[in-house]
Amino acid sequence: MKSNRPSWKPDGLLIYAAMYLTFIYLPVLFLPLFSFNSSTYITFPLKDFTLKWYDKMINSPDMHQALFNSIKVGMVVAILSTIFGLLAAKAVTRYRLKGRGPLVSFIMIPLVIPEIILAISLLILISQAEIPLSLWTVGFSHLLLCIPFSMLILISRMEGFDKSLEEAAMDLGENAWMTFWRVTFPIVLPGIVASLLLTFTISFDEFVLAFFLSSTDPTLPIYIWSSLRFPTKIPAILALGASIFVVSFFVVSFAEWLRRRGVKLEPTSGI
Amino acid sequence: MTSNSHVSTLPGSFIFRLRRLYIKSESLRGYSLLSPTLLAMLVGLAMPLIVLLTLSFWIQEYLDFIRTFSLKNYLDFFQKPIYTKILFKSIRMSGMVTIVTVLLAYPMAYYIAFRVKHNKLIWLILITVPFWTSYLLRVFAWKIMLGYNGVINSGLKTLGILSEPLEFLLYNPAAVVITLAHAWAAFAILPIYVSLEKIDRSLLEASRDLGENTFMTFMRVTLPLSLPGVIAASLLVFIPTVGDYVTPSLVGGPRGIMIGNIIQSMFGKAQNWPLGAAISVMSMLTVTLMVCLFLWGTHNFRKRVA
Amino acid sequence: MNQLQEYDMSQDAIISFHDVSKSFGDVKAINGANFEIQRGEFFALLGPSGCGKTTLLRMVAGFEIPDSGEISIDNQPMSGTPPNLRPVNMVFQNYAIFPHMDVRGNIAFGMRKSGLSKTELHRRIDETLELIKLQGYGKRRADELSGGQRQRVALARALIKQPKVLLLDEPLGALDKKLREQMQIELRQLQQQVGITFLFVTHDQEEALTLSDRIAVMTEGHVMEIASPAQLYENPSSRFVADFIGSMNFFPGEVTKSENGKLSISTDSMGEIDIPASNSEYADRSPVWVAIRPEKLKPVFTAPGDLSNVMQGVMGPSAYLGDRSHFYVHLSKREEPVLVALQNLERSIDQLRGPNQKVWLKWSTDALVVLPRD
Repeated sequence: MKSNRPSWKPDGLLIYAAMYLTFIYLPVLFLPLFSFNSSTYITFPLKDFTLKWYDKMINSPDMHQALFNSIKVGMVVAILSTIFGLLAAKAVTRYRLKGRGPLVSFIMIPLVIPEIILAISLLILISQAEIPLSLWTVGFSHLLLCIPFSMLILISRMEGFDKSLEEAAMDLGENAWMTFWRVTFPIVLPGIVASLLLTFTISFDEFVLAFFLSSTDPTLPIYIWSSLRFPTKIPAILALGASIFVVSFFVVSFAEWLRRRGVKLEPTSGI
Repeated sequence: MTSNSHVSTLPGSFIFRLRRLYIKSESLRGYSLLSPTLLAMLVGLAMPLIVLLTLSFWIQEYLDFIRTFSLKNYLDFFQKPIYTKILFKSIRMSGMVTIVTVLLAYPMAYYIAFRVKHNKLIWLILITVPFWTSYLLRVFAWKIMLGYNGVINSGLKTLGILSEPLEFLLYNPAAVVITLAHAWAAFAILPIYVSLEKIDRSLLEASRDLGENTFMTFMRVTLPLSLPGVIAASLLVFIPTVGDYVTPSLVGGPRGIMIGNIIQSMFGKAQNWPLGAAISVMSMLTVTLMVCLFLWGTHNFRKRVA
Repeated sequence: MNQLQEYDMSQDAIISFHDVSKSFGDVKAINGANFEIQRGEFFALLGPSGCGKTTLLRMVAGFEIPDSGEISIDNQPMSGTPPNLRPVNMVFQNYAIFPHMDVRGNIAFGMRKSGLSKTELHRRIDETLELIKLQGYGKRRADELSGGQRQRVALARALIKQPKVLLLDEPLGALDKKLREQMQIELRQLQQQVGITFLFVTHDQEEALTLSDRIAVMTEGHVMEIASPAQLYENPSSRFVADFIGSMNFFPGEVTKSENGKLSISTDSMGEIDIPASNSEYADRSPVWVAIRPEKLKPVFTAPGDLSNVMQGVMGPSAYLGDRSHFYVHLSKREEPVLVALQNLERSIDQLRGPNQKVWLKWSTDALVVLPRD
């Protein structure tokens, strides 16, 4: 849509957008800023530049353990929720199910419940069933949270993808599993990758459910939470936050680069 | 799919009939595909919520529960003024957060949808990048911004603008609102953006052609058509905010407590799980009621505008 | 000559439907279908949208399961057999070309379990590419092909498996007119070359008439009539079929006398007519339609001497269609105008006689069709 304003006049919306972006970025940029500050206290004026907090972070076995736990849980949750989401997406988009509407709404419930209520409900159930709290209980709760996201992504990917391609594969002699493997899976792959990334991120960063449902093995957010109480530990945490940010930036860029490379490759004859 | 196998094919046999039913009924096949997911969700959602409801009718005695039906928790909830007071305060604050977040997010979404010609994706990524830091750290970032010795105060002091730090910045409801408006920004921008993107541009041109200026075109065409996105954004912000306890405990102080903090303490220090369950049930009911009212209100608004 | 298997055009049935019915919820999509398709036929399922023709096709393929009744292919009952194990292959309406494989990959897709060596498989693919006239297109992807090319790839993919029956779902619907006409010819040639049974679904009657050996006309889940194109056009057995195929003028009448070999019918517009009838299944006084095709009415613009088998009327609106012209004639005693089609045999650019011109329509008795009226 053409803008009717003369080109030299500043666009009010652009100014707003710039201010809004500043609003979003500024607090977040202070984190890495103070992670290089040699003072233990987060306050101006800045003292000397230092890397000692990064050093402290790297040499903290507790932090390593928590990081490792989060990665473990995140990967398992990502894979499982994507599988469950894929099955559900296929069932919902390819079969005429009776009661499909209420069913999908039911599966979406974790998205509309405040997390704390989900957390305590699970806590009650698990303790009544006398199951001990552990990373497994955390993982299960993350699974519940992530399945709706995975399902949403994969449903949209599968709806945009022609049903008759799968029928053609079956018509040409493939059973259900080979149809999935040779036709559905390759086409839905970008959705699967998106689901894996999203669910991993959700699980990795998730705090409330982990807080209520873990015991002695902390996940990374729990580790961060407990460290925030101690002012001396804080700069190392800021270093951690900055590092996670940089790493995820590289991971996402790498995934995007891979994706673009994959698209340019010659399509295979597959024989 | 099914193999013509060693399963009994005697016409009368039960398995034969079952197999025929399975092949014939598309519904049945679809549900069996869905069953692992469904099972997980039933165990993880339906059962806990039922258990939550049940627990709210029990009573805590020292370390155990009295498993008989009792309305004591609900009576406590209504009679002790603190619970209802804080619940309503939480609803009000969440409402504030929702309004502020959506109001701030809308122009940003509008800018990307309508003013950006190339590289819309870059802008969207730019918006989401700050949210790759941990939620806890984002909340904490505001704590260090607003604190007594925090960034704003010490910065202004260093610049010589202030001699004494401002005390009112932190540990109050306003701090909670600002922090959450920042934390949820991306969640609000994206649905509104999607909704704005979908609007057929020729509708706007038609409105101009029929005599409306830019502002009225926005009010009469763009805004109503973007309403689904606004509703989605509002719900995405409001519902989780009601139960949040992390932000109030980091930046809210005693004045900024929300119902989430109370529920958390019931399962933590205060050790009264049934009462916590009852408060949770009441909170959920209230939130559902608010959401229904909201949806009903917007539905009426849409009808009147249309 | 290529090695695709060729069948004799023998007379045994290749597909048979026994009392096949299917409902979707409350809607009865197929209502007791009961007929056979012969080996080597080019057979069409023709009908308006929603008549059930696509459902019937999908039931042969195995994508829908009949609620009752049995479908047999080459004398083998198919219930319980999933689509991937049936000896039929389908060309889908939108061709369903796999986007993540090139043309060769698409054609070879169904041959994974064929046990052919790689060289043999490649040879077969080359052969098939030649058959569909797409040599050299092997490495192309789906989005680099035109609609017509994609259709040929879909055909090749199915034919390379040498199915007993090839199923086609509205094969030419997405093509423009010229391409469609060309593909019609090619499909016919292909079928004769390959020699297998083709079963296709269409709502376009011109297409059905052009391509098929026999047509099953369907409406609302019922098979109304099955016959050759000529038979359906010149000798339909019901009003629905007569009306659906081409255009038809219907005149209501009543049987006055029915005796060996001859039916006497009284009508308003055509007067008393005597028609030789092969089977006089009409009782006296039974209501009938007397029907005549527009091209079988001969218009003259001066009063004819012999007034038998003549209707008089007045010209209505007309349309010039290039090779022929259509016009409507208003008759007294009849509300609906009669449609007349005239071949433009002379190269005259003059307009047809204008409206309100008097016109006399002549017909011959053997051009009339008698149909039951209820």
